Amino acid sequence: MADQVLANTGRLARFIFRLDRIRIALWLIGLVIFTIIIPPAFDNLYKTQAERDAITETMANPAMTAMFGPGDLNHYTTGAMTAHQMVLMTAVIVGIMAILLMARHTRADEEDGRIEMIRALPSGRLSYLNASLVVTSATFIGLALFTGFGLYALGIESLDLEGSLLYGATLGGTGLVFAGVTAVFAQLSESSRGTIGWSTAVLLIAYLLRAITDVSNESLSWLSPLGWVSKAEIYSSNQWLPVLLMLAVSIILMVVSNYLNSIRDLGQGFIASKPGKKYASRFLQSPFGLAFRLQRTGFISWAIGLFVLGASYGSIFGDFETFFGDNEMYEQMLVQAEGASLVEQFIPTLMIVIALIATIPPVIAMNKLRGEEKKERLEHILTRAVSRTKLMGSYFVLAVINAFVMISLSALGLWSAGTSVMEEGLEFGMIYSAAIVYFPAMVAMIGIAILLNGFLPRMTHLVWLYFIYSFFVLYLGNMFQFPDWVGQLSPFGHIPQLPIEDAAFMPLFVLSIIAVGIIILGFIGFNKRDLQN
Amino acid sequence: MSVLEVKHLTKTFGKFNALYDVNFDVKKGEVFGFIGPNGAGKSTTIRVLLGILKATEGQVKVFGKDAWDEAVDIHKHLAYVPGDVNLWPNLTGGEVIDLFVKLRGGNNNHKREELIKKFDLDPTKKCRTYSKGNRQKVALVAAFSSDADLYVLDEPTSGLDPLMERVFQECVMDVKSQGKSVLLSSHILSEVEKLCDRVGIIRQGQIIESGSLNEMRHLTRTHILVDTKQSITALEEFNGVHDIEETENGLTFQVDTEELDNVIKHVSQFGILKLESAPPTLEDLFMRHYEGNEKQGVTTNG
Repeated sequence: MADQVLANTGRLARFIFRLDRIRIALWLIGLVIFTIIIPPAFDNLYKTQAERDAITETMANPAMTAMFGPGDLNHYTTGAMTAHQMVLMTAVIVGIMAILLMARHTRADEEDGRIEMIRALPSGRLSYLNASLVVTSATFIGLALFTGFGLYALGIESLDLEGSLLYGATLGGTGLVFAGVTAVFAQLSESSRGTIGWSTAVLLIAYLLRAITDVSNESLSWLSPLGWVSKAEIYSSNQWLPVLLMLAVSIILMVVSNYLNSIRDLGQGFIASKPGKKYASRFLQSPFGLAFRLQRTGFISWAIGLFVLGASYGSIFGDFETFFGDNEMYEQMLVQAEGASLVEQFIPTLMIVIALIATIPPVIAMNKLRGEEKKERLEHILTRAVSRTKLMGSYFVLAVINAFVMISLSALGLWSAGTSVMEEGLEFGMIYSAAIVYFPAMVAMIGIAILLNGFLPRMTHLVWLYFIYSFFVLYLGNMFQFPDWVGQLSPFGHIPQLPIEDAAFMPLFVLSIIAVGIIILGFIGFNKRDLQN
Repeated sequence: MSVLEVKHLTKTFGKFNALYDVNFDVKKGEVFGFIGPNGAGKSTTIRVLLGILKATEGQVKVFGKDAWDEAVDIHKHLAYVPGDVNLWPNLTGGEVIDLFVKLRGGNNNHKREELIKKFDLDPTKKCRTYSKGNRQKVALVAAFSSDADLYVLDEPTSGLDPLMERVFQECVMDVKSQGKSVLLSSHILSEVEKLCDRVGIIRQGQIIESGSLNEMRHLTRTHILVDTKQSITALEEFNGVHDIEETENGLTFQVDTEELDNVIKHVSQFGILKLESAPPTLEDLFMRHYEGNEKQGVTTNG
């Protein structure tokens, strides 16, 4: 019997590993490096216990607990600090990795009809599912070992062997749990989108449940698998019980997924996909409505993300004042502009990062036009009574609105979090003008995407190269002391740094004129060229 | 009056000559079949006349307007069904149909419901779950519920089952009876034979033959099967007789249409017991043109 349902599992596991070896290797290398570069950096930054104790003051508030989980603030060694500030975030990333890896070789392969072909070969009914479980499990055991020994190998005193192995095991365990969750949803849901969506929802709920209970009632955090990550108390009391729990839960989930798989038909799920709308809403019946509908989920996710990004930057403003406020030396170093507070000095540096990140979604929105063309869907639109100008214009207007919403929401997030943590509050107008001043540069980036689409449609991704250039020279520019013109090759290099600089009208005006010119050129190009895949 | 006029159309992609001096027209109220092997340039031609690709040289006029410059005006009266229908996975079929109809500017809800029923399509399902045939149905429903004057159909039935193919043929006959024009590109020759008034055959970017099926049949051979009392002699001496094969009681052969009269006169001397003749099928035409330049030795089994 076992022979029948599990035939050729080993061979299939090797096959899946062969397909994913580079993907898996990149994930592992990325995660391990991301983990082991942190402790030496902390060690360098906070050289004495006194310095580390100083930082615990800024950590001992509900906002930080909600974000990072509880930590051993009384014995804040480099190890405890790493575990406190890093392990939960890394665990979330590991969870995402588990969802993506697992969905790929369960529901996604099934949806595309590949499992059907595998099933027609002499392989068992449950072979493919178990082969992907084997590969994913092996990946997370590898992650646990590499991370554990990697941390220990750093040779930092507070990173002892047991704690390091527990650190790795916690991450690996989280991976196994979410691999199990995904394996179950791959049986329940009928599509790979649904599988990823439901599993990610579980991950988010686990994180939120943990955040709420960590702040209100820590013992309730045992209900969330992500709560167990903090309960392991890595590099302090080293609890192994949470890891055992993770193993138990993941095994149960994997058994459940096997059971569900065995009682369902290929291609079917348990969560019935609800019938969609029979008619299109009035809003959908235009190129603009369609463009928005196609990007709606991404738009909302980015909007929330940027608000949170702004808010998390804003939340450090309070600590910022206490941290630097008493220290005259820092004050002298930073204060260059007269009458500007510490926070105000800090805002331009922050804003350039926020503005650059807020430029990503509008550029994606603009490049979606090219994506649709590649998938041969623009034909449907252009063979009806829609001109190319109207079509591109719809995507352009959407991208501009996108840019405006993104930069506005991140400014709102920054202000609302900042003003709530600072004693004297923050002036909204000051923050908002420092943010919105980047709007012309964002539109210019959209313009570059349009220009590429009009004339070099196969190379629309070059805009990202330009974006990375901008990010590099402006974010790191101050550190490397580049000459001015290097930064000025980017539209972002021409933006006055409010509030410490005056809002100069001229550069913004010139930048806007250039942006408009580029956009018009791009439209002309798009009107003149062939559609091509 | 021509609804669609293609004159000296040439299209190059870099150095590759996709179309060379293509000429044809579609008249009002007729169904024009556009056939040719894969990669011959059918879809490229169609994309040029839809204003998706720009002609390198030549003139393409739809309703007397330039296909590139006045694309939007043209498309108000044109419906198109591509062969490979790529839809948005997270929209339902019903939403896509409404969107398509609306983008053209028309609205014919009554026809929409009727066609959805006829084609047996579930419009509440997401496009991601549709098979190729169902995606094609979405495009067909959108096209035929629009009130267009020219229907451009690029291999629209490649994914449909025979039942649905018949529904499709009914739709084409229906629009034809209303005096609308259809450009139908297809590989299914029986379908073209059944529906089309005139046919254009394209090969390697050039139209090599066009005209009504009757006209084209003149250029080809009739299959003859004949049983006679005495065995036929000297048949091979006639011009235009090909592929003579002996059967149990007689012969089968093919004869060029213009020689038919002489050949039958000759054969009748031997006392005909049984005579069967079959007109050349489109497949014969097709094969003759596709199989390169061998004029002789075309074997068919009509």
